[in-house]
Amino acid sequence: MKHAIRPTQVLLLLSALLFAVTVLSLAFGSAERASSEIVLQIRLPRVLLAALVGAGLATAGALLQALLQNPLADPYILGISGGAAVGGVAALALGAGVGVGAFSVPGFAFLGALGATGLLYAVAGSVGRAPTHSLLLTGVVFNAFASSVIVFVVTATDLSRMAGIFLWLIGSIRLVDFYLIAGVALLLGLGLGVGIYHAYALNLLSQGDEIASHLGVDVVRVRRRVLLATSLVIGASVAVSGLIGFVGLIVPHLLRLVVGSDHRLLVPASALLGASFLMLADTLARTILAPTELPVGALTALVGGPLFLLLLRRELARAAP
Amino acid sequence: MKETLLAARGVSHAFAGTPVLTAVDLALRPGQLLLVVGPNGSGKTTLVRILAGVLAARSGEIELAERPLSAYTRREVARRLAVVPQEMLVPFPYRVREMVAMGRAPFLGALGREGPRDREVVERALASLGLTLLAERIFLTLSAGEKQRVVLARALAQESPLLLLDEPTAHMDLGHRVHTFEWLRAWIAAKPLERGVLLVTHDLLLAVRFADAVVLLDRGRVVAQGEPCEVLTPERIGAVYGVDTTVTEDEAGRPLIVAVRSRIRYPEPSDGSNL
Repeated sequence: MKHAIRPTQVLLLLSALLFAVTVLSLAFGSAERASSEIVLQIRLPRVLLAALVGAGLATAGALLQALLQNPLADPYILGISGGAAVGGVAALALGAGVGVGAFSVPGFAFLGALGATGLLYAVAGSVGRAPTHSLLLTGVVFNAFASSVIVFVVTATDLSRMAGIFLWLIGSIRLVDFYLIAGVALLLGLGLGVGIYHAYALNLLSQGDEIASHLGVDVVRVRRRVLLATSLVIGASVAVSGLIGFVGLIVPHLLRLVVGSDHRLLVPASALLGASFLMLADTLARTILAPTELPVGALTALVGGPLFLLLLRRELARAAP
Repeated sequence: MKETLLAARGVSHAFAGTPVLTAVDLALRPGQLLLVVGPNGSGKTTLVRILAGVLAARSGEIELAERPLSAYTRREVARRLAVVPQEMLVPFPYRVREMVAMGRAPFLGALGREGPRDREVVERALASLGLTLLAERIFLTLSAGEKQRVVLARALAQESPLLLLDEPTAHMDLGHRVHTFEWLRAWIAAKPLERGVLLVTHDLLLAVRFADAVVLLDRGRVVAQGEPCEVLTPERIGAVYGVDTTVTEDEAGRPLIVAVRSRIRYPEPSDGSNL
């Protein structure tokens, strides 16, 4: 029995990569000669945040793909990020952008994500495995609905807040304080922990509720917990970074090619690679057009959009032989 | 020793008001290979889902080892009863060995850490269905018949005394089909006081030669049950399946069924056209 790569080796390798990307991200920026002040007070929080959000989005993607039994699932495409954004915008419009109020944004975003996930299940997941097209259609409609709610809320709010809300929506890693980072880290850690704890059950669940049930999984309980964890992670990520798409699609997909589909490895590996991926993307976003900054969400969509179409084409080809 | 391994008592079920099963009684005894047969849409798969506890019947009782099925947790059921469903969808590229190893799930902790004994059971399950050479292959790339062997091996890795198989040989070639039935007989014979198999099949002509008992379903009702020769008479097969058959017995007293011609006649198209 030979395994090309061992799980511990994969995780070590990905940790090493994460370290290397962190150093790289700290070293590069728009400042010609970075003082230790710039590195510690401007770049470090941002790099940390990018790592956390990347880990969260990639993990959420891997968990959703298992739950929905579909490798094309992604929080952004399915409109769950959109739901979180509705929650976040509502909080911001109520004036929660600064100080202690900033902590209400993750809470509202979590509620929004939870609502969207619940609706997604009620519409597309009520009859076992939903076909890819009905999942995607549900996502399209959710996103359209979320956008109009957001437009409605933003229009009703005063002009001074509008610009901030729009900047947040595009999806960017910006400067936030260390307390908020710590809060997000806590929520992500909790969600990730639940995800890793149930990763083995997800292997079984990914083959359908009945198969999992035959193999002794308490399907309802595991699904409820993982959905809660996913919503928590998405809520926290969207709250601090807005709508960054496709990370949950790209990262687990790349990993499956190399490490296989065992979620015991795939879920923690997605967290590690997701962190590196978004740190790198954000470093590119703030350096390639320096001193102008690109929103990192535009960059991930640039990679993710074509990849998604490629995967969709393959999925459709498989469904219609 | 238990009298029955698995029993259904007065099980009825309906989907959207249409009755699918009506007052079904059956019992699987230790050492038995029990066939459940019947035409398309006679309720066989629904019966398997109810027996496995993944579908709740409208009325009636299921007993596993003479205790109500509802008294067990899913994990306890999975240790006593392994199910091979008719259809399954695997969205991710798992390897054959990974698929079979999932049969150990009812014995593992939440994190799914496998011990040396689990790995040994998996290798043995692979070997006994001739899958050792396919172990590193991606499940999705296998042929339909090979996939069925993998899922059967997974059920075997569950080490449960009871197998519930829904058309496990439907996609297999003749050689593997006969081998599967012989293998099931040998599996039961190794521990005849504990083990039993309930098998749903359309393969009357072959499967019946390996069975101890047959339950014949038609439109959700048990038309007959008992010894294969008594249940499967040409008259009954004709009435239920709409096919003329000759049934004889071989030297071992097992039924030999030969299909002669179909009685199914669809009405002619009203405009008189033909294909």
